[in-house]
Amino acid sequence: MADKMKSTATVDSQVMLSDGIYSMWLKFPKEQDVASKAVPGQFISMYCKEGSRLLPRPISICEINKEESMLRVVYRIAGQGTKEFSTMQAGDTIEIVGPLGNGFALKEGKNVLIGGGIGIPPMLALAKALKKDVTVVLGYRDSNLFLKEEFEPYAKVVIATDDGSVGTKGNVIDAIREEELEADTLYACGPMPMLRGVKAYAEEKDILAQVSLEEKMACGIGACLGCVCQSKEKDSHSHVNNKRVCKDGPVFDAREIIL
Amino acid sequence: MNLSVDFAGVEMKNPVTTASGTFGSGAEFAEFVDLNELGAVTTKGVANVPWEGNPTPRVCETYGGMLNAIGLQNPGIDVFAKRDIPFLKQYDTKIIVNVCGRTTKDYVEVVERLSQEDVDLLEINISCPNVKAGGIAFGQDPKQVEKITSEIKAKAKQPVIMKLSPNVTDITVMAKAAQEGGADAISLINTLTGMKIDINRRAFALANKTGGMSGPAVKPVAVRMVYQAAHAVTIPVLGMGGIATAEDALEFIMAGATMVSIGTANFHNPTATVDVIRGMEAFMQKNGVKDIKELIGCVE
Repeated sequence: MADKMKSTATVDSQVMLSDGIYSMWLKFPKEQDVASKAVPGQFISMYCKEGSRLLPRPISICEINKEESMLRVVYRIAGQGTKEFSTMQAGDTIEIVGPLGNGFALKEGKNVLIGGGIGIPPMLALAKALKKDVTVVLGYRDSNLFLKEEFEPYAKVVIATDDGSVGTKGNVIDAIREEELEADTLYACGPMPMLRGVKAYAEEKDILAQVSLEEKMACGIGACLGCVCQSKEKDSHSHVNNKRVCKDGPVFDAREIIL
Repeated sequence: MNLSVDFAGVEMKNPVTTASGTFGSGAEFAEFVDLNELGAVTTKGVANVPWEGNPTPRVCETYGGMLNAIGLQNPGIDVFAKRDIPFLKQYDTKIIVNVCGRTTKDYVEVVERLSQEDVDLLEINISCPNVKAGGIAFGQDPKQVEKITSEIKAKAKQPVIMKLSPNVTDITVMAKAAQEGGADAISLINTLTGMKIDINRRAFALANKTGGMSGPAVKPVAVRMVYQAAHAVTIPVLGMGGIATAEDALEFIMAGATMVSIGTANFHNPTATVDVIRGMEAFMQKNGVKDIKELIGCVE
């Protein structure tokens, strides 16, 4: 049986972390245990109950608890679908397909994790999995520092805010330079301008950067070709300069793709 | 209980296939459904050479449906023949290859190449709304429909299904033109041209500005067109457009479709194809229908 599966999960708990940002723990049945196969950097497709909302919402995995068959997602309300999810309560059920895509490759050496905005959640599962030599750089708009404290047991935490209210005023790359952080590998998830900055910084320092991309998806499993990104070389599957974010990604070696 | 149908001379174990472009060549969905259960797999459109497709965003959701403007990204016929056909040959299902092109010559090149391959039917996409040349340009003019159909038929070794566009004034004219050109069957509907604007970004939701609308919201339009087309021609009809359940599929069959395709529903539910087959069986059981053929076109 393939690793990815269709499952009916039960909401174990849900809380609002910050304005419009929610944290939900999902519990999976033993026979369709999506959590058992999940690795940091992967995502799940979450389906709405409201029938007029057809397409699954791809949401990154924030934490993995294999013993309890549970996954945590932290998401922002971006439209009607995520708004629907935010009203769910413990005991409610939700259709899930996952785990989807490829996770981060865990590397030795100095690891610097970079999360921007709603790209922060997947970095938590990654920080826990990497265990040592982990610095996490978190970029926020303002002093609404959701998830920050949860990183502290696993990583040195550096903050950048757009308004300068906490940490470095500026973006995550500004913070890395200000703190003179050394890295062998960068792992990043966040908005496209941030990922471009991370890719450029990795090229400048000649280090590896793994970036996690976001794109509008339909199937989530690599069939519809809705969510492609541009690849530098001809892709071995598509035979054109396109890779599928959902199946070939969402994590890519920054050198392989054009942002 | 008999679900098998004869479609343009090809015996199908049941009347359910996939709508081109929603199912790849089956590999991705094989992790969720047993492809052996499907009457046929209809593959994503393939051209003579690889196509890059359109810029992203290529998809967006609409109320009860979606828009797509993938732009027929495909790896080209050589890769398709080497990789995708052998993959599908592992399964006990029929293979319907969807063919796209920018010019008649492109289509004919693919059709000729496929004449050496062990596939069951060809579906010719003359109705894609998302490419600048070819596609829908052929499908909105009855003379063009008839001409390209006859040119393809002259070279095709397998039965030919012409896939029609709903973006026309009178679908019966196009259906008849395909039949005149020698088509063995027709399929419809392809997507309806649509547009969505993101009011917060003051921008089009799709990079291509327009896209093809599909999903449950288009179903009544599709059922009407299948009914009209089925009554205008004597060749069999492959019906599709918003089918998500067995009940939806049966509407198309009762309207006159010999086979049906599951498309956008695959995105909402990766097991939609087999769920529809199971549901059709349950309906027949409950209503004492011994042969699905009793239901084809039963609503006059």
